[in-house]
Amino acid sequence: MSEKPGIVIVGASLAGLRGAEALRRGGYDGPLTIVGDEPYGPYDRPPLSKHVLAGELRPEATTLPQLYPLRARWRLGHPAIGLDRPGKSIRLADGSVIPFAKLLIATGARARPWPGEGAGLGGIFTIRGRDDATALRQALTAPPKRVLVIGAGLIGCEAASCCRDLGLPVTMVDPNPTPLARVVGTLVGETLAGCMRRAGVDYRPGAKVLSLAGEGGRVRRAHLQDGGAIETDLVIIALGAVRDTAWLAEGGLMADSGGLTCDGTCRALGRDGEPDPDIYAAGDVARWPNPLYGWKPMTVEHWGNAVEQAAHAAGNMLRPEDPQIYTHLPAFWSSQFGINIKAVGLTDGADSVAIVQGSRAGLRFLAVYGRAGRSIAAVSFDQARWLPAYADRILAGAAFPPILDAIDQSRIETMAPGFPGPRPGPAAKLQPRESAHV
Amino acid sequence: MRVVVDLNRCQGYAQCCYAAPEAFELRGHEILFYDPAPPEEARPRIERARLACPVRAISVEPAALAGEDAP
Repeated sequence: MSEKPGIVIVGASLAGLRGAEALRRGGYDGPLTIVGDEPYGPYDRPPLSKHVLAGELRPEATTLPQLYPLRARWRLGHPAIGLDRPGKSIRLADGSVIPFAKLLIATGARARPWPGEGAGLGGIFTIRGRDDATALRQALTAPPKRVLVIGAGLIGCEAASCCRDLGLPVTMVDPNPTPLARVVGTLVGETLAGCMRRAGVDYRPGAKVLSLAGEGGRVRRAHLQDGGAIETDLVIIALGAVRDTAWLAEGGLMADSGGLTCDGTCRALGRDGEPDPDIYAAGDVARWPNPLYGWKPMTVEHWGNAVEQAAHAAGNMLRPEDPQIYTHLPAFWSSQFGINIKAVGLTDGADSVAIVQGSRAGLRFLAVYGRAGRSIAAVSFDQARWLPAYADRILAGAAFPPILDAIDQSRIETMAPGFPGPRPGPAAKLQPRESAHV
Repeated sequence: MRVVVDLNRCQGYAQCCYAAPEAFELRGHEILFYDPAPPEEARPRIERARLACPVRAISVEPAALAGEDAP
């Protein structure tokens, strides 16, 4: 080797890019290698399930801007498949071995594939990567006779919204009583269900697809748990995400399909529970104890976390003698059915919700969520300008509801948020959280 | 050229839409639709949009970096 090992980043998406920029901006001057499993440089995923499906943006237009000179060596199209901790190197699928002084794992997540019968049929899509979106966009222009969306999380709802904008017949099937039930609860979810129905989506809550059946290798219908069937020639699977971490677990790190476990400073933990001083993680793959939520280990699959955690991990990589704890208030946005939905905080465990600005009937409101008398999250439907004030109160753990003297507030009524119970089945604790943004 | 908007930060003030209407568009009450890959000749207007944003949500790839450092 002609040069000494430097920093290697595995993952060439948003977190990998922003982590690399933070390293250079922070003064790192050594060798920097960025490894990615896709053949593309870093691109932005949120538009894939919106404007790319709608045909308003070319998939390649989503390439992310580089904001700082990286002087990086890119190894794109080569997934990392092996980790040698004692030897301090990783192995790529093409057999090459890359030594590292420090490693940043930012491999993200991938769409959970259809787990049931019929998975191999043509006409079944997920939305996570640029190629997924390109293939789905192509198929939507055919056009299909009826699109079936399985899963009413953020990606499923955005896809359904796009398909209706394209004038395509859409059926959406989900086991919960409303869309986004696990994210916003059924009280707020019911408002979205109304928008969805008015937009012409054949929405089937409380329903489950058991299997997909085809003819000539292409999907033709979905069989439901209640014995019914839906004729469809294009199925979008929107069942959240899983993480490819087997190579990290085999390499001796504490990792499973739910993420790579880290300490509070983004250092990956070995199987013995000790942090590895030279291996860090950021973005969708990183499961770290968030001090904002009682140090509960969590992964946050949102754009803002990829940006912030990557920069934070980079800072700790550069100053290991003074590692800083990563504290993060999760946030996301989504646009669907003409509404801008934004959220801050986590609704997990919420026991109450109040509409504190606007009204559900007017389709413009801000809902704030409480747990044991504290404000823990807020969700906005076209009321984004109120959100920062609520984010501050949530960060401070303010009493619920946190703001009572705004000039246009009507009487605040506390209601039950209506979150569904735990997912059924023995695998419940292994189920990934609802995926947010691709 | 490459542009990205932090839509967590965006509050729909629409100043970018006045500065570069061909690249930024507000839909409904506050959905921002933007072109992440506008033509290089739009750079002065895109740059004005970036500077006009009251919540500093717009990031633009510097001209010097475009292409040069790309993978």
